[in-house]
Amino acid sequence: MRLRLPACAIALVVAMTCVPPRVHAAPDLVYALRNVRIVPVSGAVVASGTVIIAGGLIQAAGASATVPRGATEIDASGLTVYPGLFDALTDLGLPAAAQPAAAPTPGGGAPVARPASSVRGPQDRPGSTPWIQAADDVKPDERKFETWRNGGFTNALIAPKAGLLPGQSAVIALAGERTSDVVVRPAVTVQASLTPTGGFGTFPASLMGVIAYLKQVWIDTAHYGAWLDQYAANPRGIERPPHDRAVVALHEAMKARRPVVLTAVTATQIRRALTLAAELNVSPVIAGAHQGYDAVDALGARKTPVIVSVKWPEKARDSDPDADEPLRTLQFRDRAPSTPAALARAGVPFAFTSDGLATPRDVLKGVKRAIDAGLVPDAALRALTLSPAEMFGVADRMGSIEAGKIANLVVTDGDLFDEKTKVRMVFVDGQLFEQKDATRPADAGGTRPGVPAIVDGGVR
Amino acid sequence: MTRALLTSALVAATAAVAAAQTPAGRATLIKGATVLTITRGDIARGDILIRDGRIAAVGTSLAAPAGATVVDATGKFVSPGIIDAHSHIAIDGSVNEGSLSVTSMVAIQDVIAPDSIAIYRALAGGVTTVNVLHGSANAIGGLNATLKLRWGATAEAMLFAGAPPGIKFALGENPKRAGSTAGPGGQQRYPATRMGVIDVIREAFTDARDYKRQLDAHKASVAAGKKPLVAPRRDLQLEPLVEILEGTRLVHAHCYRSDEILQLLRVADEFGFRIGTFQHALEGYKVADEIAKHGAGASTFSDWWAYKVEAYDAVPYNAALMTERGIVVSINSDSAEEMRHLNQEAAKAVKYGGLTDDQAMRLVTLNPARQLGIEARVGSIDVGKDADLVIWSAHPLSTYAVAETTYVDGTVMFDRAADLSRRAASAAEKAALIEKARKATDAPRPADRRPTEMSRPQAPAPGALEGAVR
Repeated sequence: MRLRLPACAIALVVAMTCVPPRVHAAPDLVYALRNVRIVPVSGAVVASGTVIIAGGLIQAAGASATVPRGATEIDASGLTVYPGLFDALTDLGLPAAAQPAAAPTPGGGAPVARPASSVRGPQDRPGSTPWIQAADDVKPDERKFETWRNGGFTNALIAPKAGLLPGQSAVIALAGERTSDVVVRPAVTVQASLTPTGGFGTFPASLMGVIAYLKQVWIDTAHYGAWLDQYAANPRGIERPPHDRAVVALHEAMKARRPVVLTAVTATQIRRALTLAAELNVSPVIAGAHQGYDAVDALGARKTPVIVSVKWPEKARDSDPDADEPLRTLQFRDRAPSTPAALARAGVPFAFTSDGLATPRDVLKGVKRAIDAGLVPDAALRALTLSPAEMFGVADRMGSIEAGKIANLVVTDGDLFDEKTKVRMVFVDGQLFEQKDATRPADAGGTRPGVPAIVDGGVR
Repeated sequence: MTRALLTSALVAATAAVAAAQTPAGRATLIKGATVLTITRGDIARGDILIRDGRIAAVGTSLAAPAGATVVDATGKFVSPGIIDAHSHIAIDGSVNEGSLSVTSMVAIQDVIAPDSIAIYRALAGGVTTVNVLHGSANAIGGLNATLKLRWGATAEAMLFAGAPPGIKFALGENPKRAGSTAGPGGQQRYPATRMGVIDVIREAFTDARDYKRQLDAHKASVAAGKKPLVAPRRDLQLEPLVEILEGTRLVHAHCYRSDEILQLLRVADEFGFRIGTFQHALEGYKVADEIAKHGAGASTFSDWWAYKVEAYDAVPYNAALMTERGIVVSINSDSAEEMRHLNQEAAKAVKYGGLTDDQAMRLVTLNPARQLGIEARVGSIDVGKDADLVIWSAHPLSTYAVAETTYVDGTVMFDRAADLSRRAASAAEKAALIEKARKATDAPRPADRRPTEMSRPQAPAPGALEGAVR
């Protein structure tokens, strides 16, 4: 539901000289949101103030801000502006996961992981495509982007998810026509999965096999790095280091100190992932973390960033209603939403992932459950805005309402976590998207088919 | 604490009970029991003083230090904690990395499931230490983990500190994939015969020897002050095999037939390493002298056989016969169920083969401790050893014996009376949670509820724990 603004407004903006040129295709409009309640996240709430948006950036925000001449003034009395929401892990805009082909694609087609049948061990790099960059592969999908914008989301960390080392993530903005429009930061994190991809006959066929594989490939990466350094210093008399695409990509990512995202749901899995990360000498980010409430000590020790899935554990829909379930399963389901509160108390940085939930409404409902389980609403808001920006190295340019940051904003007619609240406007890179009929975020895209989950089932 | 006791499940409640009884320095005195020391015979009306998790004194008429918890065990029996030299409990994911014939790069230690209910049930059978092994799908399998069953602790905290590292080998039908054919488009994995299995092992050690030479040459060149080029790449598959060659890693070799036992002994002699334990070894009685001469141990079943062709030539006298020939013998479970009554399995060696009570008890205490290289810490009731103890209602070799209390490091990890008294509270909590969940599901539901890797309920399926390839 995009508001088409009159051409004269565009002409006015073009005439202005104070606005830096835009790299994006969006029209360079200047907006002044007036009489709006500002929740900057990084500072105190302003009960009624002005936010100036120009050149895709927040020019000013505060109780009093000078409205530039020619700005489109929007009377936002009774409305609240928040930083745009951030889905901290999704595959929005990325092509469906390529399955390892039965044979290498002739003619240099899309890179795929080595076919399973030829994997004889770690040296064959099973399920490894760490060179894949979400920033290269993202295709702006306006239909899906709109669904999420309508619910207040303006940003996401998108990541490939096929295999054991699927590739590297990117921070994107949820508006734009071309890849170059949407990428905010490429090559943010390295994705790793502990879920075996092969069957009994293909290495690695077990959880312990995957862990062993990751250890070996990281050893090989360090070995390659040392060898490369020596070779670069003086190649004479030294055998050249082999070009191993997976290792080269990992080597570069590790040199840049990119964090590694590991999926871990139970307390045991979280501890296991942290132990592995320590052994690999990488900075971990834990994704999932439903039983984080039982691993706060481990996560708190080094303040490991956590991406909490708000797709809380539930009884399978088709399960026998009379079937007996262990007490611990019931406890797990009951206590999972208390994880964010526990992390907040321990000072562990965390963000939220939609984890395959189909609509932003479901995500906010999931966050609401965390609030009901003890999470302070301010902390919940931070986890949807500034915390992921900090986690992914973009807090200098987004995540809060501050002058000079990217104008990614959501304007609502009430408290964000109130179910009755409607999203009225969303700004992405300073571009206004207005909801004509002001549908509840709740209903936006409600009938859309499900977005695929972050990590597919794999073998269990 | 109060709340935890009232509202938590077995896991949390047991941890809470444990926490209440382990303050450092607090002592426990078990009084008036028949103490089966294993090393020094039985003590009638004996006392055991536990301090700081260790056995501080064993004798009669010991005085309780101030503040000590006194446990009246009059008429009961106390034995060392049972040690299972062959188990596959508490493993997350597959017990086998079945893809390759040499999977020495994988480690059970990486996949311990410390909340597996099999651990608690093992404690209820008096088991306190377990050798958790990789499966037997390949000639050279993964690395083992020796665990103390510290229920409620993390995986890391369950590892038996100082236990020598080990590895699983396997001979015979399992590694040659007898009876299993490759799926469509797949390839039958090499080896398919017993001679192939030995070839795989020989080839792996040939590689390991080359790798060791590389490592040694690099070390020598560094030591000689030369600036060598890049260090050899660490190879996680060959590293454990080098440790075997250097005598620092124990080999636990799954086997049945006497011919394959001899085959492996010859390869070990050829490469100059020692087999730690032949596991199962149902035909060990046929080659007991050769096993004894090599210095290997044997860990077998009491009377469990004929479940496959290579397990037909077993006899229930196996443990006794091998013991008589001077082999350190243990009886293992290889099963989450059988491990709960290993005391009864040991008793069968009294009937079949006429071992003394002491000898029979050693099959599941001191002998497996020796096989695992942890006899200085556990396996008998001696001053200075870890207070891993079981209070039995009757002599543990009796069919009627029930483990009443199990201590690990002086901490109560299982107590039958406490368990029974907790059940009503657990049932009430469960009912309350079911009711709470029912109310919540009456509310509108999210549109997409398909489980994902993150949201799938993660509690281990009970059946998944016992699917080991024997």
